[in-house]
Amino acid sequence: MIVGIKDAVKLVSISIICACAVLVCTMFINYGTDLSSVKALLTTEKERIFYDAQTATARVVCLITGGCLLMTSVVTLLFYIKYYIDAHKKELGILKALGYGNGRIAASFWIFGSSVFTGAAAGYFGAHLLMPAMYRLQNKDAVLPEVSVRFHPLLFVWMVVLPTMFFSVLSVFYARLRLKVSALSLLRGEGAPEKGEAKHFGKNRAKKACGEGVLEQKAAAEMIRSGKHAASAKSGFISELKRATLWGKKSLLFFIVFSAFCFSAMTQMSFSMKELSSGMMGAMIMGIGLILAVTTLFLAVTTLVRGNAKTITMMRTFGYSQRECCNALLGVYRPAVYMGFAVGTVYQYGLLRLMVDIVFRNMEGMPAYHFHVPRMLVSLVCFLVLYEVMMYVYSEKMRRISIKEIMMEAE
Amino acid sequence: MITLENVTKAYGSGESRTQVLKGTSLSLEDHDFVVILGASGSGKSTLLHVMSGLEKPDTGTICYDGKDITGFSDDQLTQFRKEHIGFIFQQYYLLPNMTVDKNVKMGADLAGNADYAEMIEAVGLKEKRYKYPNQLSGGEQQRVSIARALAKKPDVLFLDEPTGALDEETGRSALDYICRLYEKYGYTIVMVTHNQNIAEMAHRVVIMNSGRISDIRMNETVKTAYEIGW
Repeated sequence: MIVGIKDAVKLVSISIICACAVLVCTMFINYGTDLSSVKALLTTEKERIFYDAQTATARVVCLITGGCLLMTSVVTLLFYIKYYIDAHKKELGILKALGYGNGRIAASFWIFGSSVFTGAAAGYFGAHLLMPAMYRLQNKDAVLPEVSVRFHPLLFVWMVVLPTMFFSVLSVFYARLRLKVSALSLLRGEGAPEKGEAKHFGKNRAKKACGEGVLEQKAAAEMIRSGKHAASAKSGFISELKRATLWGKKSLLFFIVFSAFCFSAMTQMSFSMKELSSGMMGAMIMGIGLILAVTTLFLAVTTLVRGNAKTITMMRTFGYSQRECCNALLGVYRPAVYMGFAVGTVYQYGLLRLMVDIVFRNMEGMPAYHFHVPRMLVSLVCFLVLYEVMMYVYSEKMRRISIKEIMMEAE
Repeated sequence: MITLENVTKAYGSGESRTQVLKGTSLSLEDHDFVVILGASGSGKSTLLHVMSGLEKPDTGTICYDGKDITGFSDDQLTQFRKEHIGFIFQQYYLLPNMTVDKNVKMGADLAGNADYAEMIEAVGLKEKRYKYPNQLSGGEQQRVSIARALAKKPDVLFLDEPTGALDEETGRSALDYICRLYEKYGYTIVMVTHNQNIAEMAHRVVIMNSGRISDIRMNETVKTAYEIGW
């Protein structure tokens, strides 16, 4: 086996995200299915409105939580596979040089699906543990006939088996795509061309221009490039490094912004849900939000520091201070984090407005929803504390990177 | 002037402890061109690392113009390297997502050197200023690392097997650039190599053997990069 179970274990973040997604979706789909069994027993208009509101809530929660977390899991998985291939270019190059085909090497990436299985199974069983409490809470209103927990075996296939298969197949296909590089390129440490990276500027563009036989186009591209570079030559090395760090790995930028977005949206939403729905719903949203925010932030910053270990080493070797290194690599994400937080705030406001004004508009006794500035400030302060603590921990980690070890690794 | 007094350095602990430097003493004059020669595992690279302030020795003293750097904190050592030291490594260690221009600027910014383009020209890479490292050959990458090291106007330039990853022709060319720039700027050169022929280019040759200096010899006639054997 080329990719081992040990490598898949490192995908703990995907397991956590999948566990959250499956937990929420299983609970609400199970509840929605059980609720539909009492539809025939509804007699009054009030019951029907309440029923519609409950099923709509289940659907909205499943779609938003499931969809959002599925997207995050896919991005995280693709990101990790790319990172894995980048980190093991030489070993993969040797395998290709020995005669292993892309398909054969890529096939071993199915193992990454196991992390999805672990998370999904944990979420599925966790949901069944929590379901009795959730049903009790839902039955407490006594508007609808009492709904009891029933086991739906098909849900296991939908929530655990199919996602595992989907992620395993996705891993194999994506790995195959990323491995479409010559063995020599992998051995030399080069990878598949990527936007924003060196190859994008040079060879590809030049080849394209030459291939089309339009020399004028090539010259024009060169002129644009020279102009761009002449302007960038005036800026300092640190600001150029900041720019390269921020835009060089867009997936990291996505994760860091997503982390702020999750924290902002989920914590503020959980405060409101306590009033609009129930304390349990609020606590669940808060829990998922915190897990997602911390996991994605941790994953992104760890990758950032690991991926830049050589840059940090070289900067320190040449005499750049610890502060300058941290500022260039970690500090550059701060504005993006604020932006993510702001988008999360607007998103949760819009979503709750939508639910209160449209989904639950006919429901009696529905409390009014207003944007709560102090809650937003509490959420912001909490996130900033979390973010800055993590930045501090990682700046200390950067300080401890051994110059000698990094040099030995490179040799 | 650089003076090393009875410097020792060991790695690991317990049974796996390896004494790499076993009491090394050495004195280098300003503008010296010194080659440290030795077989693999003789301690020459470790000597270069402790001498340049990349690592701290276990015991002994390392003085630059009478100032002992062995008691420096990490931040003080960083500041010291910033002000005085330049490095050229076998593996180049260029920043892959930066152009030649920005890689050289990395060194130049530390010395406030606004004329770093001159250094890019001096190593013959004017036309490739906006190329990325993976668009350059090994020899060109090494020339970028030479320009980067010299753009920070160091007092002492440390070179760790600078031609180790290059073929003969490219290696000679890189050494030629280093020597020509040495004559122009007059810094001190400390070069580590296992290639005895390269030692003929230096004023002084320090021979390392099992963590100790076994011999120091002066070259009466210094050869150029194109006169030495390979």
